[in-house]
Amino acid sequence: MYGTGLAKGLMLTLRHFVDSYIDDIRYGFRKYSHSVDNFGIRQGTQTKGVITVQYPDEKVAVPERFRFVPFLIVEDEYHPTRAGKDWCTSCGICAKVCPPQCIWIVRGNDPATGRPVPEPEAFFIDIDICMNCGYCAEYCPFDAIKMDHDYELASYDRTTHHIHDKERLSKPNSYWRSIAPTRAYEEMLARGTWEHKDAAKEARRGKSSSRSAPRPAAKPAPAPATKEAQPTPEPAVNAAPAPAAAAEGTTPWSEDDAKREERRRKALERKARRAAKRGG
Amino acid sequence: MDLNLQELNATEFPVPAELENNIAITSLSQLYNWGRRNSMWPMLFGLACCAIEMIATASSRFDFSRFGFEVMRATPRQADLMIVSGTVTKKMVVPIVRLYNQMPEPKYVLAMGACASGGGPFKEGYNVVSGMDKYLPVDVYVPGCPPTPQALLYGMIALQRKIDGQSIANGDDVPWYGAGSAEPTPVPVLGPDIIDPRQMDMIRRQAERAAQELVTLGLRELPAAMQMVPAKAAASAAAPAETAPVDGDALAFVLPAGGTPWTEAEDIREKRRLRALARKAVRASRRASTEEE
Amino acid sequence: MPTAAPAAPLTSTTIDGAIDHLQATYPKAVSADNREGYGGIIVESAQLLDVARFIRDELGFDYLSSATAVDYLGAGDHMEMVYHAYRSSGGGALVFKAQTERDQAEIPSLVSVWRGADFQEREAWDLYGIHFPGHPNLKRILMWEGFHGHPMRKDWREAYYEEEQKPFDSRWPGGHVHRAEEKNVFGKNVSYPREIDLSRLMDTSESAVYQSLGLGVDVERVMDKDGFETNELVVNMGPHHPSTHGVFRMVLTVDGETVTSLEPVMGYLHRNHEKIGERNTYLHNIPFTDRLDYISSMGNNHGYVLAVEQLLSLGRRYNQPTYRCEVLRVLMVELSRIVNHLWAIGFWLNDIGAFFTPVLYFIQERERILDFFEAVAGSRMMCNYMRFGGLFGDLPERIKSVSNLTNDRARDYNTIQFLTEMVSERIPRTIDELEQLLTQNEILIERSVGVGVLGAADAINYSAAGPLLRGSGVPYDIRRADPYSIYDELDFDVAVEDAGDMYARYRVRVKELRESVRILRQLLPRLEATKGQSIWADGKPGAYAPRVPLGEAYGRVENGKGELGYYIVSAGGKSGTSNPWRYHVRAPSFINLTPMGIMSQGYKVADIVGILGSIDIVLGETDR
Repeated sequence: MYGTGLAKGLMLTLRHFVDSYIDDIRYGFRKYSHSVDNFGIRQGTQTKGVITVQYPDEKVAVPERFRFVPFLIVEDEYHPTRAGKDWCTSCGICAKVCPPQCIWIVRGNDPATGRPVPEPEAFFIDIDICMNCGYCAEYCPFDAIKMDHDYELASYDRTTHHIHDKERLSKPNSYWRSIAPTRAYEEMLARGTWEHKDAAKEARRGKSSSRSAPRPAAKPAPAPATKEAQPTPEPAVNAAPAPAAAAEGTTPWSEDDAKREERRRKALERKARRAAKRGG
Repeated sequence: MDLNLQELNATEFPVPAELENNIAITSLSQLYNWGRRNSMWPMLFGLACCAIEMIATASSRFDFSRFGFEVMRATPRQADLMIVSGTVTKKMVVPIVRLYNQMPEPKYVLAMGACASGGGPFKEGYNVVSGMDKYLPVDVYVPGCPPTPQALLYGMIALQRKIDGQSIANGDDVPWYGAGSAEPTPVPVLGPDIIDPRQMDMIRRQAERAAQELVTLGLRELPAAMQMVPAKAAASAAAPAETAPVDGDALAFVLPAGGTPWTEAEDIREKRRLRALARKAVRASRRASTEEE
Repeated sequence: MPTAAPAAPLTSTTIDGAIDHLQATYPKAVSADNREGYGGIIVESAQLLDVARFIRDELGFDYLSSATAVDYLGAGDHMEMVYHAYRSSGGGALVFKAQTERDQAEIPSLVSVWRGADFQEREAWDLYGIHFPGHPNLKRILMWEGFHGHPMRKDWREAYYEEEQKPFDSRWPGGHVHRAEEKNVFGKNVSYPREIDLSRLMDTSESAVYQSLGLGVDVERVMDKDGFETNELVVNMGPHHPSTHGVFRMVLTVDGETVTSLEPVMGYLHRNHEKIGERNTYLHNIPFTDRLDYISSMGNNHGYVLAVEQLLSLGRRYNQPTYRCEVLRVLMVELSRIVNHLWAIGFWLNDIGAFFTPVLYFIQERERILDFFEAVAGSRMMCNYMRFGGLFGDLPERIKSVSNLTNDRARDYNTIQFLTEMVSERIPRTIDELEQLLTQNEILIERSVGVGVLGAADAINYSAAGPLLRGSGVPYDIRRADPYSIYDELDFDVAVEDAGDMYARYRVRVKELRESVRILRQLLPRLEATKGQSIWADGKPGAYAPRVPLGEAYGRVENGKGELGYYIVSAGGKSGTSNPWRYHVRAPSFINLTPMGIMSQGYKVADIVGILGSIDIVLGETDR
């Protein structure tokens, strides 16, 4: 009969419509709660109907391999000797593999001798050209350049904001470990040590030759943390990173992160108290 | 959409907490901006890869109608916002400028992705415009190749913030209330290469120079021959001989005033500003004269 | 087969046999191409037409896949047209070439033999300045009429020219940043020839378009008739049109509502893929291929990687990609085919009036697949996943891992579990829903049955590919006709429909969706079986500047939109160059538009968008 096909199609749209309400009933008020697993189910393979991500309030988590614009890794304050130093040695491989050639590196020179030093004097990335391909991170032999997960970069003026210089690009090592714990861990295993290749080399050299000061210094706190973290995974500190970090469990820096989280939480509490006081 | 009255409240006039959802005391500017930014209709206008992400942003998972980017209009006459989503080519920039001219004021341009912002990975191409702002004033740049839907949403919220910051009392911010109609942006011409009418004088000057000194306009130069193998060596061997004079000439050319090439793309904004200032001056003098009386 | 000549034995000879036969028949005109790494034959251009007819009619190579030009500046100083002809019954390519001088390049047009050469020859004229006597409508296709020079010539330099080849020396070690426009006098990506005449600057690009329709630019004269007789009217659709799938433009001549002729105008997204590709290294090109057909970037990667691997295999010490690598490649490609077809059907429905309801359902599924791509390759659309002899990475353990950033929400899945659920539940369910929603829908049937008909003979002659070809009753699928990767061991059917109309193309796409799911189901156990195997042919990640031996290669895959081919000429790896000399993309979206004119004649204006939608083009690939 003419029209049955149409009716069948309309039944489908009706079913989609009903399904989304059934989902609502099934989830009840959890729809409006921002709990992690609820969100996971509703944006995963199980859900029926159409569920919008309430973007600025909640965000779809990006996977570890996600790539946006690159950033440079700088040793953070946890490293006793190299704090604030670049991992980049200005070898120029990233500039060579960059397809649109958006990376500019000025190789550092020792002012005294004039010889090149393994540190970039200047490092620029023109993010108006960058195609987010991730080659720089993939081919960097020193794990020094990584693809950032921060995609919220919109600006009102590109002339001043869109060439990222070294200062803008540099982010601490701990940041990389926080956005991509598993990959950072794998890389660490591949490097053979948790720290930068050069530092490791120095440490080895120091160990073999003099056995003096550098050795204890180069073996800082995070290393023992590895052993602790493996058998007993850290309990969840804040809601979001809990399950997987616990599941991975092997990240050697989880203790550091925990401390930092603790500090952050306390700061937030203080802030809340202050706000409450002001309100009262 | 729920009407969120709280976001309308001006901070200087506190409303009792129990009435927060019923009453809002606000300034005219704020009300005006609130209305504007929550009914920002983008033009249905896809250029390249970014357009696909724009569609993804419009579709149910990200859904930019939540912010009042309600419907995408295919005609520029009904659109407030042009999302330049993708690589702008020289061939396409002509229709784009025409479309922009057809949009009613107030109008905004959002450059989505690296290509629309500054040429992107294709910048070096011969048919690529290195940034929409070479021809139109761009309000928000969203980097990324392509920006994810959430990055685009962030850019759109940034645009809303920009609108929030504007004041109805300031002629710079609302130039469309000025006397007379807005001047259209001159539409580029497809000649031997794309020609921006605003640059005609400069092109003429350069052409005269070129006629006297036998140099090419711009940087194009045809080398005699180039060895195929080994290519890299040939390139480096041929390059100094070919490019040196070109480079020299190019640098000898007088750069436009201000030195930055993209300044002239903002001349529309500049013109608006000047007009607003002129109006302000007129108003001030009028006020002065009434006071004298 | 439709194109005449049932002279049985010759049409089934091997390629070598065919070449021998050609040489015997045309001893003067045909010679083997003996350059190192090259294959096929070189044909004297004076006899090219005869030889081409012989190849088509007697030898049975009735399908001209690709025709492209190469500029051998500095290596013989000649231009060359390279043709790849196939049999529509399957098998390898007969490659033949015709050479010409660089100045006043001229090669007879093959449009009278294969209509599919039409746009490709126009492209060669536009970009290389090769003149084709006998071409019915030889004018620029990607650039505008009046543009100065032929940009793909090796001695033509763009305004932002920096060096012949990447990597540029200015980036390192003294990489003081600047923007290219700062070095240009005009602050823009422009350069003008010395002989520019500023006194009469007119946009001449438009008049050429209208002239080919048999109209002058002077439209008034045509319109000035009296009485009730109807006038033909020229209607412009695009480049800014909501249903041209991007910045595509059609100039229609209509008589009332009926279309009498149609002229596709393209190039509005011509972003110089090939010119940039020849400056790039081989590796640089992979992410650029993502941006060709940006709906199914995995398929683009695959074709390119296959072509370069073909070249690499000419050298010593070449290892085949591992089995796991092949499985993963096919997995990704089939998923992106699903994405592509869902997108194509959805937007085709938009075009014929089912505004956005179906598309939103399909985009939901697409988002899930993109989540998977994002987790595996790092980006939703521009996957950049495949490498020469390997892949970017193996499947991650979990599809979403947790990051400590802000308040991001986690969706944590085991990758294999996610994939299994997608393949066994969600995607089949979506296809079922799609069929329930559409296949029997009376409005859809009335809008699409018998509209935009393309016959089998025409489809072959116009070099149509993909669902467009198979919807016309030609069971030609490269995965079966000329198998690559592991497709020969996978069990699937070639989707084919005989009607040749819009509905048939829709049916083909739905069938292919089901076949893709069938393939994916076969891949899952293979993924489990190969767990732990390296994804790299050499056991470790490949070099970033692989040495590619001298030679040419044509790698082609069956992408969602049709046959995607890459023709690559390597200038030789001995000297250490790792940049292709010639890099050409045989874009299905581009060549599938060749029959657009005949497909739309006699239909109503409202059908045109539907016909275009049923071809399924994507402008990034059409214009490159």
